[in-house]
Amino acid sequence: MSDFFHAHSSVIVSMVFAAVLGLSLYLPLMAGQLSLASPGFYALGGYVAAVFSTKIFNVASGAHFPIPYLLIEMIVAAVLCGALAIIVGIPALRLRGIYLALATVAFVEILRVVSLNLKITGGAVGIFKIPQPFRSTLQYLWIALPLLILAMAFVYRLEKSRIGRAFTAIREDELAADAMGIAPTYHKVLAFTMGAILAGIVGTVSAHFLNTWNTRQGDFNASITVLAIVLIGGSRTFLGPVLGGLVLTALPEILRSVADIGGLPHWLAQFLKDGRLIIFGLLLVLCTVFFPQGIITPEFLGRVRRLFSRRPRATTADEARAAP
Amino acid sequence: MAHFIQSLLNGLSIGSVYAIFALGYTLVFSILGIINFAHGAIFTIGAYFTYVLTGAAFGFNGVLANRSLPFGLTLVIAMIVGSLLAGFLSVIIERLAFRPLRRRGADRLLSLVSSLGVAIVAVNLIQYLVGAEIYTYKGKITGNLPSAVNFGSENTPIPIRTVQIVIFGVSCLILVLLTFMINYTKIGKALRAVSEDATTASLLGINTDRLIMFTFFLSGFLGGMAGTLVGSSVSIAGPYFGIAFGLKGLAVIVLGGLGDIPGAVVGGLVLGLAEAFVPSDYSAYKDAVAFGLLFVVLLLRPQGILGRVQVQKV
Repeated sequence: MSDFFHAHSSVIVSMVFAAVLGLSLYLPLMAGQLSLASPGFYALGGYVAAVFSTKIFNVASGAHFPIPYLLIEMIVAAVLCGALAIIVGIPALRLRGIYLALATVAFVEILRVVSLNLKITGGAVGIFKIPQPFRSTLQYLWIALPLLILAMAFVYRLEKSRIGRAFTAIREDELAADAMGIAPTYHKVLAFTMGAILAGIVGTVSAHFLNTWNTRQGDFNASITVLAIVLIGGSRTFLGPVLGGLVLTALPEILRSVADIGGLPHWLAQFLKDGRLIIFGLLLVLCTVFFPQGIITPEFLGRVRRLFSRRPRATTADEARAAP
Repeated sequence: MAHFIQSLLNGLSIGSVYAIFALGYTLVFSILGIINFAHGAIFTIGAYFTYVLTGAAFGFNGVLANRSLPFGLTLVIAMIVGSLLAGFLSVIIERLAFRPLRRRGADRLLSLVSSLGVAIVAVNLIQYLVGAEIYTYKGKITGNLPSAVNFGSENTPIPIRTVQIVIFGVSCLILVLLTFMINYTKIGKALRAVSEDATTASLLGINTDRLIMFTFFLSGFLGGMAGTLVGSSVSIAGPYFGIAFGLKGLAVIVLGGLGDIPGAVVGGLVLGLAEAFVPSDYSAYKDAVAFGLLFVVLLLRPQGILGRVQVQKV
């Protein structure tokens, strides 16, 4: 068992990161806003970590990067991403409809072009030799897992709070929510900013974890991957993006092991190895057509819960109460 | 001054391609109120279709290494056929990714996601089949014309590549034909009626489904044509060639106002000119111009350059 964990340590840590990143996109979706900006803020957070740890903090080579420094980086990234999210969010979120999706696509591209050309970000090559705070890859779980659990607890509590209910109201009907005295722009920007902060924090840890950071971390493909995580996993409960992140990050590894089983036709094995993004795209199309709310929906969770409870089959009254 | 005129002409040339490309987005948006993210992929595929139809062989990286068609068309005919094929592909995409969602009356954001899925499949399928190489068209779109035309005098030459002039001419021709079709033909009238109010239009006997198919065909044709034109100006820079262009097209339609047909043309020209006038010291930031403009427009005139403020009725 321990062998298995060590052999796949980098996938396991990536799975946890992807789950948190999925949550960062789930937050604006709670208020009905489709944002493709998470990878942008993720990249920004990563650059903060990369620049701080290689240029500002002097760590003797070979020594471990002190954890308090990492926490400082996370705070800096959070502040920076939050401020930027407010600047980007206000013009885009004053408007209804798809403007946020378009503005975030633009935002990610601008960030990519800028980091490709600035000296401090290392241009196209990026930043290398980001110091390691841990001895082994698997130890990153010490920071990744608490991050995931905290983020999940935060979103879980948020959903039950006044702000969370305002988000849901805006998602269901923005005009009606506005008429009821909920300020749509304020809540939409809030949801977007919380997502950005979360993505930035994951980015800082991820930069240390990957050891090198460049513009490819925040490109359009990265946006797609995160989007797939949330929409395939499920966009109506926070468990959707978490499970989506875990499973879809492991998917290439799973496909590779399936391809290695042997006995498969050569072209199929090759496709399973190289066609990861094709499979992602197909899943996206099929899911939006057949499971518009993703695989994990509140109804699905209700059914699972009933399966494990010892009570007799739920009555319709229970179902009515379970549905939001 | 010479530099100014050169930038102006080059800007108009690329701007006209942005315009016909963005019209593909706009036509679909004006009818359905959704953004077809697969449009950038259609752009790429159109360029590849044209490449295949000229009878050229693929490189050695993909599954289809070194294959080619048994026949070859001249570039101009290949361009038209390739764009038509892109149009048909766009109709198929509509059937698979848009119609099921529309039938169910699903949220419009979902069609955005499903078209994004189609785009990812298409782009990565190209990479899988023919590799990520750069392909250059065999023939020249300019035929036997000289490769550059001098717009200045003997002493102060203002050379403009002939390709740019041809591209500008073709784009203008398409724009004129499209304007005529939308304003003066029966099908154009039907298009305008559906974009005004789809329900009423279908009550008045307009076959909305067929019209939507036609719109997608037109949109795909424009996308494929734009892809071939850009490809013939430089080369096809790999499967992701259309993604960046597709993202810029989104900036163009926001500049022009979503769903606004004259706006898309103005937006395209504005973007082309803005990019052409980026000082050469900052040319690395050229790709960010489109998105910078997008933000400015979102802040100042979210209804687009030509648009009017629309009041949303409940």
